[in-house]
Amino acid sequence: MHARAARRVLPGFPLALGYTLVYLSLIVLIPLGAVFLKTATLSGEQFWAMVSAPRVMASYRISFGLSLLAALINAVFGLIFAWVLVRYRFPGKRIVDALVDLPFALPTAVAGIALTAIYSGNGWLGQWLEPLGLKVAFTPLGILVALTFIGLPFVVRTVQPVLEDLDTELEEAAASLGADRWQTFWRVVLPVLTPALLTGFALAFARAVGEYGSVIFIAGNVPMVSEITPLLIITKLEQYDYAGATAIAVVMLVASFALLFLINGLQAWTSRRHGSI
Amino acid sequence: MAASIATRWTAHSQRFEASAATREPAWVKGVLIAVALSFFSLFLLLPLVTVFAEALRKGWAVYLAALVEPDALFAIYLTLLVTAIAVPLNLIFGVTAAWTIAKFDFRGKQLLTTLIDLPFSVSPVIVGLMYVLIFGAQGWFGPWLMEHGVRIVFAVPGLVLATVFVTFPFVARELIPLMQAQGKEEEEAAVVLGASGWRIFWHVTLPNIKWGLIYGVVLCNARAMGEFGAVSVVSGHIRGQTNTLPLHVEILYNEYQFAAAFAVASLLALLALLTLVVKSWVEWRGR
Repeated sequence: MHARAARRVLPGFPLALGYTLVYLSLIVLIPLGAVFLKTATLSGEQFWAMVSAPRVMASYRISFGLSLLAALINAVFGLIFAWVLVRYRFPGKRIVDALVDLPFALPTAVAGIALTAIYSGNGWLGQWLEPLGLKVAFTPLGILVALTFIGLPFVVRTVQPVLEDLDTELEEAAASLGADRWQTFWRVVLPVLTPALLTGFALAFARAVGEYGSVIFIAGNVPMVSEITPLLIITKLEQYDYAGATAIAVVMLVASFALLFLINGLQAWTSRRHGSI
Repeated sequence: MAASIATRWTAHSQRFEASAATREPAWVKGVLIAVALSFFSLFLLLPLVTVFAEALRKGWAVYLAALVEPDALFAIYLTLLVTAIAVPLNLIFGVTAAWTIAKFDFRGKQLLTTLIDLPFSVSPVIVGLMYVLIFGAQGWFGPWLMEHGVRIVFAVPGLVLATVFVTFPFVARELIPLMQAQGKEEEEAAVVLGASGWRIFWHVTLPNIKWGLIYGVVLCNARAMGEFGAVSVVSGHIRGQTNTLPLHVEILYNEYQFAAAFAVASLLALLALLTLVVKSWVEWRGR
């Protein structure tokens, strides 16, 4: 330890580390621990019964299923979006580029009521879609729209820097060897983008699973049909069913932490491939 | 999350458009741009325009009335108050954590970095639940707090705690990679020249991280003012007492006062636009 301390030329290490750890524990670790401790008061059977009730299982299917679908949509369109922003010039490009981050900056409740207004029966798009038999607001489709909205920047912003750092030589080499543009993209460019694309996909998915504000206005919130898991936690809380709310929260936390672990691995993979990004 | 200060403004497109080997046929380019712009208009532009269009649907008088009404004014005040506490707390933490992680070597550094990111992967609803479990009437400290007449949940301290949690990583995660990339030679040189810790920070480190710091604070601020899920659980929705701007939007909306709800929402949308402007400006300055 002495040798280590001697190498520290800069001042403030004990104080800075101490403050960081205390603040992190007080704000993040202890409160999160409280959730797990609370469930520890339940027996295994009670816990299982709470987290596998039919209404709860339906909410997992809705939350995780639609989040997966939204992340897939974002992976496809996010890639096209990033490609267009990096490769092409068109009028208004800077404004489009800046507005990609809108879902990060716009409060979720605002996004929620705006999307509902657009897709409800008398809304700008809803009035055209409903006569076609396509009901978006107050159905699972509405949840999908909201989750796609909030997930878009994750894919664009993870793929964009990798695409920018891509050497033109790689594609020129492929072209000189006789590959057409599609083959070059499919065999040369896409494999290079894969780690970043997967990272963006996972980030969008993770965000969508826990999302609440932008969804509840447009979802309709019908149990078994369009009730997301975070809303079910709130419903349980409002019924003073603390144990039930906490048990479901633990399931979500475990899923989120597994995703975080996966994302960290993916990010390490991305940066190993491309240097620091 | 968002790419940190990158070289985004440089004209990459020219590099790729120069050679036939890195260029697509004109019709492919046209289709891709059309797809991207349609997606952009549908998912980003339309919601933004809708907020302002709905807010002004019943005219300026109704719009302004919704903003100067006492409950709305209180919501503005409360949002500013909560943000004014939460952002500086996380700013101090972010700088301290980044200093620790970027300038020193110690065991468990990678774990610490991951733990700092943890709040981003917790659903806002669960954040609220945590504080209810700890400080709520039936929570661990609930009875003790009640005896001493202290309210945390369904009161301002709960709103602050929830906001601090959800905005926890913003400044730190912006500064850590930036400070790591800068290394510590400049600071070490300052030590050799006899500068004190504070002087090194103010005169050497701070000028170097200025843009990253502003970037992190701007994002932190936007999330703090706009947070909905977490504060919704701990607020209790008491008008004129625990209603922040996003919660006020929800109440108005649920009472079918759509024009008023969108009027208040338009304030938050303006804040979001301002955030994006400052963010783009910082990216441009920091390149």
